[in-house]
Amino acid sequence: MFVFIIRRLFQTIPVMIGVTLAVFLMMHLIPGDPAQIMAGERADEAQLEQMRENLGLNDPLYQQYFRYVGNAIQGDLGTSIRTDRAVTEEIFTNRIWITFELALYGTVLAVILGLIAGIISATRKYSFSDVSLMIVALFGMSMPNFWLGIMLIYFFSVNLGWFPTIGWESWKHMVLPVLTIGTGGAAIIARMTRSSMLEVLDNDYIRTAYAKGVHDRVVIYKHALRNALVPVVTIVGLQFGTLLGGAVITETVFAINGLGRLVVDSIRMRDFPMVQGTILVCAVLFVVVNFIVDITYRLINKRIELN
Amino acid sequence: MTISNQENILEVRNLCTSFFTDEGEVKAVDGVDFSIEKGKTIGIVGESGSGKSITSLSIMRLVQEPAGKVVDGEIVFKGENLLTKTKKEMRDIRGNKISMIFQEPMTSLNPTLTCGEQIAESLRIHQKLNRKEARVKAIEMLKLVGIPSPEKRVKQYPFELSGGMRQRVMIAIALACNPELLIADEPTTALDVTIQAQILELIKKLQEELGTSLMIITHDLGVVAEMCDRVAVMYCGKVVEYADVKTIFTDPKHPYTIGLLNSVPRHDLKVEGELSVIKGSVPSPFELPSGCRFVTRCPHAREICHRELPALETKEDGNQVRCWIHTDQWEKQAEAVSTHE
Repeated sequence: MFVFIIRRLFQTIPVMIGVTLAVFLMMHLIPGDPAQIMAGERADEAQLEQMRENLGLNDPLYQQYFRYVGNAIQGDLGTSIRTDRAVTEEIFTNRIWITFELALYGTVLAVILGLIAGIISATRKYSFSDVSLMIVALFGMSMPNFWLGIMLIYFFSVNLGWFPTIGWESWKHMVLPVLTIGTGGAAIIARMTRSSMLEVLDNDYIRTAYAKGVHDRVVIYKHALRNALVPVVTIVGLQFGTLLGGAVITETVFAINGLGRLVVDSIRMRDFPMVQGTILVCAVLFVVVNFIVDITYRLINKRIELN
Repeated sequence: MTISNQENILEVRNLCTSFFTDEGEVKAVDGVDFSIEKGKTIGIVGESGSGKSITSLSIMRLVQEPAGKVVDGEIVFKGENLLTKTKKEMRDIRGNKISMIFQEPMTSLNPTLTCGEQIAESLRIHQKLNRKEARVKAIEMLKLVGIPSPEKRVKQYPFELSGGMRQRVMIAIALACNPELLIADEPTTALDVTIQAQILELIKKLQEELGTSLMIITHDLGVVAEMCDRVAVMYCGKVVEYADVKTIFTDPKHPYTIGLLNSVPRHDLKVEGELSVIKGSVPSPFELPSGCRFVTRCPHAREICHRELPALETKEDGNQVRCWIHTDQWEKQAEAVSTHE
């Protein structure tokens, strides 16, 4: 297991190089002069030159890249143009934790609902409950988040007055955004669990379990579910990673000050270092989540080896 | 109340198992009768699709409903009809009184559980052992089935073992609770020839040690000769010949049994030319002949064979055969044909 983790860690190195390179090159790929963007429209040539000098834009590209990575490793992702605060400070003081909470609760909700629905559907194939659950799941998957969010606000906040419309303070604030963000995931997990369970239930070792006199319930939860979980874990990991990368729409609809909203605001204000920093942090988080998913795989099914 | 012979551990009477498909009913097992004496071995022989495996799954009540169903008959195990048992009563019998070994050792073990856990599971269910006791017994079982360093193997996953080793683990699982009847569904088909012999020897040895009755399903007549006391030859869901093993090999009665025996390469007989085959193939379950099921492939078929299904006739020696040739009707039929000519 230890060797597995070490080897898997080494595999993240090329990914990280790719990510930093892409984020770094963004600066140079956008049309126009980065110094111009940062210094603003009205800056004169002297100011621009000064800006280029400050940003190190006159150095060769590879030197700039190494400096960028070096700084990033030390936790320096530059300074926000908008607030003049360090990018890392802005991200890590508050924003990332809000998004983390939102993503975590959303994923937990999705996993609970999705697994229950998926197992019920698979064990009662073609029954009324199977068909109705899968129709609900289809709706869940097809509903866009912004629409679902607005509908939830309309019914539960505006009409019934049960929950506040915006913000992220008490549990009451969290209910609607978590529902919004979890529904799609729950639907995908339900469908995935169903198909994966149906495939597993057809296996010879399930028949062996029955032939041993194992109770139906134990066959489903111990023998089948564990094998069926492998593809489900992938989906859960991807979902969580994506949500961490900023639940842009949900955060915008509910005016939650998380990472997603930070990116949107920063793009609107052309706060370039902030956009770069947030994207880098999100990408790193995604890599970390995938790393955890791979270790979970290995725990579920010992046969998975690194090739 | 069911009356049964005390000597017989299992009596299967008029067993009918059907599958209900969109194209209609498939009678996979159609009126099968046989019995197993305590401590003895019966072989069920036949081609693929003859209903051998479905017979064994029916005994275990493991035919997948609602697609498949035991529609008629009795399965009397130690004087009690298994078909009237509740789900819970059946669970108490499976893996405890009647165990089963399956054909595919590569896929019959759960890939996410260690071998030890899989053996211990039935011990914990049926013998109510705790985790530690079950583990000790699992190691004992691994030793019994001849797996080297069982303390190490008990912690390993099925993918870490070879096919032969996995089948040994399957046998350990099946015998863990010391069942009175062991059903082995083609236990050696998926294995190498050398491993096949080892596994058969192991099953035979354990059967003698533990006094288990054995029902072995196979299409390999070599296995039958090696292991069985009695043999039921099945064709298209029906038993066509049911006899002691010696008679099957020395004096087979049914043309299908004779065909099967002739198609086996023999090293003790020097036969010139090609190995004989049974011409044609097994008819589709949707288009079974109205008379004898074997009529489309039988070299002796006469008019009566096309018209009527022969009954399973019991001979003086107690052996049974389902063929017109061995009835009085056959001679009359022959006369009728010759007069006609």
